[in-house]
Amino acid sequence: MSSQDIPEENLPAEQVDEHGHGAVALADETNPFADPGLPPHEHRIQDIDERAAKRSERVVAMLFTLSMLATVGFIASYVAIPRDKSIFVFPLGHISALNFALGMTLGVALFAIGAGAVHWARTLMSDVEIADQRHPIEAEPEVKAKVLADFKEGAKESALGRRKLIRNTMFGALALFPLSGVMLLRDLGPLPGTKLRHTLWSKGKLLVNMNTNEPLRASDVAVGSLTFAKPEGLEEHDEDFQLQIAKAALMIVRLQPENIKDKRELAWSHEGIVAYSKICTHVGCPISLYEQQTHHVLCPCHQSTFDLSDGARVIFGPAGHALPQLRIGVNEQGYLEALGDFEEPVGPAFWERG
Amino acid sequence: MSTTTTSDSRPSREKAPAGEKVADWADGRLGIYSLAKSNMRKIFPDHWSFMLGEICLYSFIIIILTGVYLTLFFHPSMNEVTYHGSYVPLQGQLMSEAFNSTMHISFEVRGGLLVRQIHHWAALIFLAGMFVHMMRVFFTGAFRKPREVNWLFGFLLFVLGMFTGFTGYSLPDDLLSGTGVRFMEGAVLSVPVVGTYLAFFLFGGQFPGGDFVARFYSVHILLLPGIMLGLVVGHLILVFYHKHTQFAGPGKTNNNVVGMPLLPVYMAKAGGFFFLVFGVIAAIAAIASINPIWSMGPYRPDMVSTGAQPDWYMGFSEGLIRVMPGWEINLWGHTLVLGVFIPLVIFPLVLVAIAVYPFIESWVTGDKREHHILDRPRNVPTRTAFGAAWISWYFVLLVGGGNDIWATHFHLSINSITWFVRIGFFVVPVIVFVITKRVCLGLQRRDKDKVLHGRESGIIKRLPHGEFIEVHEPLSQEALHTLTAHEQYQPAEIGATVDENGVERKVKGSERLRSKLSEGFYGEDSQIPKPTVEEYKEITSGHGHH
Repeated sequence: MSSQDIPEENLPAEQVDEHGHGAVALADETNPFADPGLPPHEHRIQDIDERAAKRSERVVAMLFTLSMLATVGFIASYVAIPRDKSIFVFPLGHISALNFALGMTLGVALFAIGAGAVHWARTLMSDVEIADQRHPIEAEPEVKAKVLADFKEGAKESALGRRKLIRNTMFGALALFPLSGVMLLRDLGPLPGTKLRHTLWSKGKLLVNMNTNEPLRASDVAVGSLTFAKPEGLEEHDEDFQLQIAKAALMIVRLQPENIKDKRELAWSHEGIVAYSKICTHVGCPISLYEQQTHHVLCPCHQSTFDLSDGARVIFGPAGHALPQLRIGVNEQGYLEALGDFEEPVGPAFWERG
Repeated sequence: MSTTTTSDSRPSREKAPAGEKVADWADGRLGIYSLAKSNMRKIFPDHWSFMLGEICLYSFIIIILTGVYLTLFFHPSMNEVTYHGSYVPLQGQLMSEAFNSTMHISFEVRGGLLVRQIHHWAALIFLAGMFVHMMRVFFTGAFRKPREVNWLFGFLLFVLGMFTGFTGYSLPDDLLSGTGVRFMEGAVLSVPVVGTYLAFFLFGGQFPGGDFVARFYSVHILLLPGIMLGLVVGHLILVFYHKHTQFAGPGKTNNNVVGMPLLPVYMAKAGGFFFLVFGVIAAIAAIASINPIWSMGPYRPDMVSTGAQPDWYMGFSEGLIRVMPGWEINLWGHTLVLGVFIPLVIFPLVLVAIAVYPFIESWVTGDKREHHILDRPRNVPTRTAFGAAWISWYFVLLVGGGNDIWATHFHLSINSITWFVRIGFFVVPVIVFVITKRVCLGLQRRDKDKVLHGRESGIIKRLPHGEFIEVHEPLSQEALHTLTAHEQYQPAEIGATVDENGVERKVKGSERLRSKLSEGFYGEDSQIPKPTVEEYKEITSGHGHH
């Protein structure tokens, strides 16, 4: 609608007179930077044209009605759409129909209420700016003096300053009693002892393939492949499976013996088959990426990289020391077996590790 | 109000409308009229940046609402069960009850997935909102007296929000979050002397044990949100009590607050904004999947997926731990795990750096007055440069936290990204500081130019002798006032070190430092003197025209 349609008597000319001041009128001759005061209120179309105001009212009402319809849609979707139905929505792909319908109807129902309220406030409620005075946060000096005097009076009446025995014993009692609370925390967990130094591995334990759950033969391990193993006897259903596998998880790789640079690694291997802890020595992520050309393994969490052909020493990343190696051999039946536990703690370093 | 009835002088109680009767009842017991007198028509200034805090408040409320719903179905237990739910790929798998019940919420409870996703999205938006809100407060100097305590409340909310988020996304006990918990255990183990004990007490023994989900649960739904709720209430009470800050402008002074009243305008705008935020988050949860635990599977300490990332707000700590060289010192049978412990120490220091800045600034300026007029960032170049440097520091670490994502998406070497972050950690903030300060000074010069010479009108005039000039239009008094309203501090002088009797006065080290800092903050190289009335008059009077 153009401004020509607005009834003459509503045009803002007279409104400016009503406020009686404009920026220019108050301009300060001596100080051009002085605060000219609040600018006069500028009228919106809704302030002077009732038809525009009516249009705004209809928009707000329409938005609120839309919200009601969306809520009905939410209830209908909840009742009608099966939980497992999936639909194709471009560009999202196949998604759960129920989740999409519930979320969109809820979203529209809420958004329309908000949009309606904001439109109402912006177009129909008064937009005249009002100035409120601030008052200092600090108390008046008399108030402060009164409070200080009251405090002194109260402190004097308590006699806390005079009767030092009471004061000191009270402080002692108050300082000591939280110790009970600290004591109560003791049973949050057992003491570490040497628990972090030992795993389930011991002499003679077979290396069991994690995927097939069968003991591994040396011939099962091919060059270039990465095999994960657990100690014989540890089953997924065991109560402490998670705890044990967190330390005992093993990765097995077959290298060409002549490629093994580290002497101890060679001695602890069997026909080029080496077994290392799978738990990263940085903060304990399981290492799972193996690059067979370079014999490097990489922890996907923080990118620590270890060279399996050289004692699994750290060649990149934040890990602080090499992966512990498990000494392995072959028993009479040809199965791979451990020749003892890890000689050093697996996983992240800690104060007592040494 | 109608003028035909005598409603103003109504004598008897029974004629009062029902609403007034209820209000009278409440007033006699709660004193609501006195409360409403100062608050019902309370004035709030308008600026788009003032709604950032509202986003935080509303997303916090949304998190609480949806969180309560989720507790009705979630089982905070690590007992192992076999999955028999409707998601076929995981059927028969062993998983904790926590994971199983999260699967139940996602697949069997109608709308459960939606509520879960609203909860998680709202948490991300909550943290992002707090970050941006904090920056708004920082760059405009809204933290100055009398609002320092509220700055700390807000900072604490941000830190607690991070940990509430971390304990929350660890609850489903899925492969990704379990990896995050393992990372936390490794970090705790690195603490010298007591680290191993702390880890054992936290997890009830060796990792993962059977306790941490239940323990994180009570921390996540009770302890931290309880503290946060108290802080939020305190934060809001202080906002009301101090009255909102405002930007300089015509009619706006340090002693008033100009805007529109709570009833009805802000009741409608702020109340409506809650629904806008909730509506948008609900729509996001409808179309954007978040934390799809079914595709990750239950946690196993010996398994991991690639591209493991924490939620964004934990990313900077992830960056610290990823780029730190793996230093370990072994002495006398003990290990000092510096490679993990140093990041663990820097993590809070990064946050504290921004938290303490307001107190350093107020010490340097020695200004004890209340400030209710906001600064434009350009007018406080040192503060703005410090804030920008801090953000760049934070983002360098975020890049470090996602170094594998950067490497795969942009085909970069992970080693070079790591080295970039290692060097950038020290260098980037310095560069950003210098550049930001120069940009601020440039903007100050431009403001000065505008005040003295007017606005470029875009009109080209040809003078009689053939020269072309652009006509500059003088600014209105409103604009002149707004551009010159800011105060400029002068560097603090140490003052005479020798008194009138020739006796030398001792100058404390702290006094010297303060003077040095003050020179850096407000010295010649750190601000452009704002135009004076004399300069303006000389130029506009005609003869001084360029």
